[in-house]
Amino acid sequence: MSAHLPILQVVVPLLAAPFCLFLKRGRVAWGLAVLASWAALAIALALLDQVMREGVLSYAIGDWAPPIGIEYRVDVVNAWVLVIVSGIGAIVSPYAMASIEREVEAGRIPLFYAAYLLCLSGLLGITITGDMFNVFVFLEISSLSAYALIALGQARRALTSAFRYLIMGSVGATFIVIGIGLLYVMTGTLNMADLAQLLPEVWDSRTVKVAYGFLTVGFCLKLALFPLHLWLPNAYTYAPSAVTAFMASTATKVAVYMLLRFFLTIFGAPFSFDVMALDRVLLPLALVAIASMSLVAIFQVNVKRLLAYSSVAQIGYMILGLSFATVTGLTATLLHLFNHALMKGALFMAMGCVMYRIGSVHINAMAGLGRRMPWTMAAFVVGGLSLVGVPLTVGFVSKWYLILGALERGWWPVAILVLLTSLLALVYIWRVVEAAYFRDFPGDEQTREAPWTLLGPTWALVALNLYFGIDAGRTVQIARQAAETLMAGISP
Amino acid sequence: MSFDLLVSHYNYWIVIFLMMVGFYILISRGNLIKKIVGLNVFQTSVFMLYISMGKVSGATPPILVYPYGEGDVLYSNPLPHVLILTAIVVGIATTSVGLALAVRIKEAYGTIEEDEINAIEARTEAAE
Repeated sequence: MSAHLPILQVVVPLLAAPFCLFLKRGRVAWGLAVLASWAALAIALALLDQVMREGVLSYAIGDWAPPIGIEYRVDVVNAWVLVIVSGIGAIVSPYAMASIEREVEAGRIPLFYAAYLLCLSGLLGITITGDMFNVFVFLEISSLSAYALIALGQARRALTSAFRYLIMGSVGATFIVIGIGLLYVMTGTLNMADLAQLLPEVWDSRTVKVAYGFLTVGFCLKLALFPLHLWLPNAYTYAPSAVTAFMASTATKVAVYMLLRFFLTIFGAPFSFDVMALDRVLLPLALVAIASMSLVAIFQVNVKRLLAYSSVAQIGYMILGLSFATVTGLTATLLHLFNHALMKGALFMAMGCVMYRIGSVHINAMAGLGRRMPWTMAAFVVGGLSLVGVPLTVGFVSKWYLILGALERGWWPVAILVLLTSLLALVYIWRVVEAAYFRDFPGDEQTREAPWTLLGPTWALVALNLYFGIDAGRTVQIARQAAETLMAGISP
Repeated sequence: MSFDLLVSHYNYWIVIFLMMVGFYILISRGNLIKKIVGLNVFQTSVFMLYISMGKVSGATPPILVYPYGEGDVLYSNPLPHVLILTAIVVGIATTSVGLALAVRIKEAYGTIEEDEINAIEARTEAAE
């Protein structure tokens, strides 16, 4: 059984998805989705534990030996990302019940859970596979179900946002396929470990460099790096709250993982940084993303859109870590993958609670809400402090390593910029806090705290924010080990 | 670049032409259905890229020649074709999701022209 964990990681949610379709009742489908996503988390934790003890796991699908057959290859890096994705899936799925019943019409609820599980299995599949083309297949599974999930939003703008995401996402995925095809032409293999061995011989060829270019653009579209982020703000704003919480914490993270896997494991750090100058391309984009998107976030009146722009800025921090081209920088990137999933998950889930009670996330509609929904707004405040990077929260740990990375390279202006943009985060979080705590509540006297089925998962994430902010030893150790694995490239 | 090179790589020229046509339609047209058609042409160009690169010159299609295992038979590489079979399925799924969204957009907005939709959205935003 334990030998088959890598394939079960994907198959469990993938098989649960069609069953959700057959279950006519929303609650039953929900139960199955919760079971499947907790099973996925248990498998991911078991895999991480196994990888930390025994090193790289290789699983040949259907016993077809790699490199001919498809290989699932688990090392510290993707075991870590698997835990992030399945962990968020496990926390969002119980939350989804009440939130989705309020925001999606009853007949579509089983469909929602089917799409949700497909999206989860697609994201897990991208992360676990050691085969390039498999990445594309899982990428499309997760993207197509994501378009459907976003289109389930209440407002009609959810439809246009989903359509725009579909067009841009498909272009991104097609760019990635072109890159994969060109790499296949040059090496005749699709297995990542095999490619890592064969590629150095053909570094000089123009085909490989063109493939690199296509892949860069494709990944940057998928991970919403400025200026390719245009699909993201509307998609996050108009999707159902549970979907936003899930997508914001997982989809872009997995795209960042893909970028790291392709550029550091397959092409290798020497090629990416010395030959292609990836760090010098990404550094300015990351800095502009952080500064401009934090500024844009300040002027938003819809809090979900505010947080969405903040997400684009936070993705900038992750890419900034990568562009340092050092182990410390990468550690910061991998830490922020985890930490940002925790904080954005908590923030968007708090917004879901607000949506549940007052049906709007407009900043003016939230006036005085701190007294009406104290637990929800307290969750928002802690999540917000984490986003700013206040000590004792996970945000501080990410920022600390990011600044360490910048100083290690001697780039003190970058370190100062990181600190200054944290203040911008403080400004946009403060706007919400000001509305919620320092204005009078004009609304309905009946407005009560959100039900515990929503608050429970939200506070579970908030607690994790605090726990890993105070005791960061374990996460930092795993992230550093993963960063070292990535920088070292693949060992034969 | 010599003329021979241009001619012998004609498959790539077709691919590049289709890719640019598809991409141009995708960017320049405001009609959502036309955008999807553009996306389709764009994706098809990639299918052609894969399929044509599996061709080995002077080789037969990858079907076993009788008597099996005897004599030297050169086969084309079937793997890219198989990959593209998957990609075609993905393309169909993307198209159908896109068209389904276009239908629902038509129901919700009464139009599938992007500029008209943008105008409606701007009006509703101003009203809020």
